[in-house]
Amino acid sequence: MATIDYPLPKLEPFKGQKKIPLEEFFTSGHRTCQGCESALVMKMMAKAAGPRTIVLGSTGCMYVANTTYYSTSWVIPWMHTQLGSSGSAALGTAAGLKALMRKGKMKKEPINVIAFCGDGGGADMGLSAISATLTHPDYNLLILMYDNESYANTDIQLSGSTPYGANTTFSPPGKVKRILHHRWKKNMAGMLAAGHPECKYIATVDMSYGLQAMNCVRKALSIGGPTFIHSLDPCPKGWDYDPMISHDLGELAVTTGVWPLYEIENGLLKLYGKTKEIAEGRYKRLPVRDYLLRQGRFAHFKDEDFDYFQSKIDQMWEKWLYPGIIPFRAELDKE
Amino acid sequence: MTPTAVAESTKGTEQTALITGSEAIAVACKLADVDVITGYPIRPYDTVIQYIAQLIADGEMDCEYIVAEGEHSQFEIVKHASTVGARVFCGSSGVGWMYAFECLTVTPALRVPMVVMVGNRALDDPGAFGVEHNDALAVRDLGWQLVWVDSAQEALDTALIAYRVAEDRRIFLPCAISCDGAFLTHSQAHVKIPPQDQVNQFLPRYDRGDLLLHPDNPISVAPQANEDWLMEIRRQTAAAMDRSMGVIREAYKDYEKIIGRSYGNPFFEEYMTDDADIVLVGMGTLSTPVKVAIRKMRQEGKKVGLVRVRWFRPFAAEELAKSLSRFKGIGVIDRDFSLGSPYASGVLTTEVRTALYPAAKHPPIIGFICGLGGREVTVPDVEKMSDITFAAAAGKAQPATQWIGVRE
Repeated sequence: MATIDYPLPKLEPFKGQKKIPLEEFFTSGHRTCQGCESALVMKMMAKAAGPRTIVLGSTGCMYVANTTYYSTSWVIPWMHTQLGSSGSAALGTAAGLKALMRKGKMKKEPINVIAFCGDGGGADMGLSAISATLTHPDYNLLILMYDNESYANTDIQLSGSTPYGANTTFSPPGKVKRILHHRWKKNMAGMLAAGHPECKYIATVDMSYGLQAMNCVRKALSIGGPTFIHSLDPCPKGWDYDPMISHDLGELAVTTGVWPLYEIENGLLKLYGKTKEIAEGRYKRLPVRDYLLRQGRFAHFKDEDFDYFQSKIDQMWEKWLYPGIIPFRAELDKE
Repeated sequence: MTPTAVAESTKGTEQTALITGSEAIAVACKLADVDVITGYPIRPYDTVIQYIAQLIADGEMDCEYIVAEGEHSQFEIVKHASTVGARVFCGSSGVGWMYAFECLTVTPALRVPMVVMVGNRALDDPGAFGVEHNDALAVRDLGWQLVWVDSAQEALDTALIAYRVAEDRRIFLPCAISCDGAFLTHSQAHVKIPPQDQVNQFLPRYDRGDLLLHPDNPISVAPQANEDWLMEIRRQTAAAMDRSMGVIREAYKDYEKIIGRSYGNPFFEEYMTDDADIVLVGMGTLSTPVKVAIRKMRQEGKKVGLVRVRWFRPFAAEELAKSLSRFKGIGVIDRDFSLGSPYASGVLTTEVRTALYPAAKHPPIIGFICGLGGREVTVPDVEKMSDITFAAAAGKAQPATQWIGVRE
């Protein structure tokens, strides 16, 4: 039986935008791009967690751009960790605190431990450590993956989380091959949920729906045990669009059905927001073309590419056991 | 003895137990009240974790014990635990150590104290479980304090000393204790186990001070410094390593005072060197066949001594040069290789040569590469190396580096 022998934080959900505290724990001093949604994720995540929090940041944009020596943007304690180490950093920090509190070497109190990683650090290099950490029910921690769908810090190279066909510096369209990247994006949250039955909380978020995202963070930190949140973050530099439409793209990712929003809490799957409306037939998915056309990384797409992308999204909504989560169906469920 | 029986013996006065080198380090972890321990299986170091696991299962040790999913995580987990003030332990061998290499580079740079055991093992390929020192030596430039021990007793004592040195605020650098695979990790010997109260007196609590990562001390650790500040930060790490020698000396002195066991010069052991014409220099358990061979050769009138290097980092260059320059010839036995290095020598030979360069007197130095992959260093091997060194001392030209005990 798992034991968490130290107090958990009490973090009730914020009941509306106006109830969100003004105090910031991720503040000025960073030099992220204009319109950077991942910086917003950091800000909201820190605000949702509050002052008694330790943040571990694996290598990536949110390390390099946020913590120039002498001008850190973190008000709460923050430490760098290696690219593939978000899982281990959270686990080690939580284990250290737990041991010291149990042995009377440190005051017993709830201290939130959050490790963040980008899609490269999380879905690629750090997958093994994140997976291992989610099997440790004894430690209270959150791993948050901010997914801007490329190695955006190092010049926009494709990751296992880059969408099909996107133009990155490692997958440019060329004279002979229009599409160099034809892998489908990893289903990170669904994979982790299916593979870690003891994990009490896994969610997808989108900062265009900030209040819900913050409340997901609060739930993840207070439920007890290791938890995971996957955030989809439009990235003006990597996706090649005008910074002023970041928020719109975040919404379009959901309304086109490309990015389903859901929580899996204590074994119960709950779709939320527009995703829920789509699933219940109350909202008609917009064509993915509306989302893709606004991003320069898909400027080389021809009709057949848009059609292929649309067919994959349709397949997800119509053929998957659970849209966005379980990419197969059982023989028993034949239509 | 079972782990529990050994653990119980720490409660009263000094006791003796028949344990291996790995087990001796596990007992030191118990005595040091380590807070977080991570394991991942690879032979031969894994025996230390097996012993610790039993101590935990039997309720003899209270720590967070995490079996990681690879050495990279194993070392990252304890690194982060140390930043919040936890005393930590882990270890590895051979390619496992190399799998953690990224973590091994950042740990000293972050000024994170950590004590680890390296059960020295040949690097793949080809596969071999036996000892070779290339694994631990790979980190020699990075700020790790590296020490080689040659007995289970020395392993236990050195582990306690290592915690004291690594966690000293003047140092805050990790320390790896190298134990030769099989010859030490799996060989039992009688070990005197100091009582807990003496250990408590010797080893203060780890206090991370103003570097503690905690909401009460909201610091940002390891930001992007780039060319603006990186060099100053490196210089500080170098200064810590510069101070290490003095702190090691203090720790050995206090260990003798409180626990009552002395190792003489902490940095290297001299055996039958007072009247020696030539000496052999080496690290780890090859001291056993070398000492046996020396006693045999002395009966034949050959005055050979041994200088066994304990601390490789920091390297006691001046002291070693002073000691070694008094002999007529020096044969350095490397249980490692450094391909393409100056004179194609092993790592230790190159270091000894460098250390001796400023000395007024330069005896000839012959490098020997011997006992790789766990191959036994035999008494005839040692005699052969001594004869070559005698010949060099007599002015007969010798190849600078020679492989001994190898099929040609």
